[in-house]
Amino acid sequence: MTLINIIIKMSEGLEKTCAIFFLTLLFAIPLGMIVALLRGSKFKIISSIARVYISVLRGTPLMLQLIAVTYGPYYLFGISVSRNKLIPVVIAFTINYAAYFAEIYRSGIDSMPVGQYEAAQVLGYTKTQTFFKIILPQVIRRILPSLTNEIVTLVKDTSMAFTVSYQEMFTIGKQIANSQTSFVPFVVAGVFYYVFNAIVGFVMGRVEKKMSYYKI
Amino acid sequence: MSVLAMSNIQKSFGSNHVLKDISFHVDKGDVVSIIGPSGSGKSTLLRCATFLETIDSGTITYDGRNAAETVSGKAVYAKNLNDFRHIFGLVFQNFNLFPHYSVLKNMMDAPVSVLHRNKSEVRDECMALLEKMDLAGKADAYPCELSGGQQQRVSIVRALAMKPEILFFDEPTSALDPELTGEVLKVIKQLADEKMTMVIVTHEMPFARAVSDRVVFMDKGVVVEQGRPEELFGQTQNERTKQFLQNYSNT
Repeated sequence: MTLINIIIKMSEGLEKTCAIFFLTLLFAIPLGMIVALLRGSKFKIISSIARVYISVLRGTPLMLQLIAVTYGPYYLFGISVSRNKLIPVVIAFTINYAAYFAEIYRSGIDSMPVGQYEAAQVLGYTKTQTFFKIILPQVIRRILPSLTNEIVTLVKDTSMAFTVSYQEMFTIGKQIANSQTSFVPFVVAGVFYYVFNAIVGFVMGRVEKKMSYYKI
Repeated sequence: MSVLAMSNIQKSFGSNHVLKDISFHVDKGDVVSIIGPSGSGKSTLLRCATFLETIDSGTITYDGRNAAETVSGKAVYAKNLNDFRHIFGLVFQNFNLFPHYSVLKNMMDAPVSVLHRNKSEVRDECMALLEKMDLAGKADAYPCELSGGQQQRVSIVRALAMKPEILFFDEPTSALDPELTGEVLKVIKQLADEKMTMVIVTHEMPFARAVSDRVVFMDKGVVVEQGRPEELFGQTQNERTKQFLQNYSNT
């Protein structure tokens, strides 16, 4: 198999790699916010549940979570795994990343000076207005570097989907490497991830720059 | 009728009894300065008046309506507290401007999104206010681009944009370099000349003396003495007031 053939073959998995990446971001970014808000809840039970959620999802390997979400339904309820593994894979990635995002949001929210809340309160803003107009925009600005870090990790983590034989780029590369006894697919994969992350870094850098029109 | 009347206010933080049965009122057009040593409870009094702290017991009345009253020993607040918040404005020691909003947006956002007023009307009013305060050129600037004195002036006009009946100042010049306090005090003086009702917690004694109709001296959670500035600063008979003012002029 020539290099070109390997690249073409692996590119076919790129679509699925991108699907994991974008769908995970789409769901985990808001879910993480919900978890962060629950964790900050005044009600002990709710905040404890959120704490346990974060602790378990961060404290166990993503690989294990992928296996559990994909094959768990079969072992537990005898439901056979659907042919479309994208759904369990995205669910596993989403619940895992939401835990990390939640902690990032929380650190951002905690870092807000109390004076911002007080100023908003005195001006008569409702709690919802205060959060969405005053607090959240500043929190996003503050957490953007940590968020970028996490997103870069997500790009590389998509390769974990090979553990449940989801046909994304790395899984295909690994199969070619096995059948051809060649190291080339791994090099190709490395280049793919590197370029992907270079793009992520560029885009996030632009966003950060755009948001840095004010100093905190 | 008093714009603000607070009576028999009690406030403790844990075992620390900060306000001990304080009664205090402000009439329309009054400029009242509150002075006193650190920890005397003067900032807490202001924070209770603006609902940033909840009182343990007592009554807070704005324009004759109860915002908080005491029912069987405990303070109960009115449900529609936001209606009361429109009556007053507060200028913080640390300005607390919204850093992600321009000067104009800092001023306009609350009147538009809280009071639901017409945007272009509010804009015209805010621009006129900025013009008056020599800040017109800063309308599109962000707080981080302004000096401390300018930031504090912006926070004053932000409060004024809500058209409050009474304006509170919590040590408005304490976070400023000495050479920047003048411009802020000038603005407050200007407002006093326009008969704006104001309560000013301050350590600027000469300023308090010059601008106030009434000066309140607080110490250890009680109002020790209050009166016209020339009485309190000039010929007080109270030993604690004397001592405080003496210490102050020595430093």
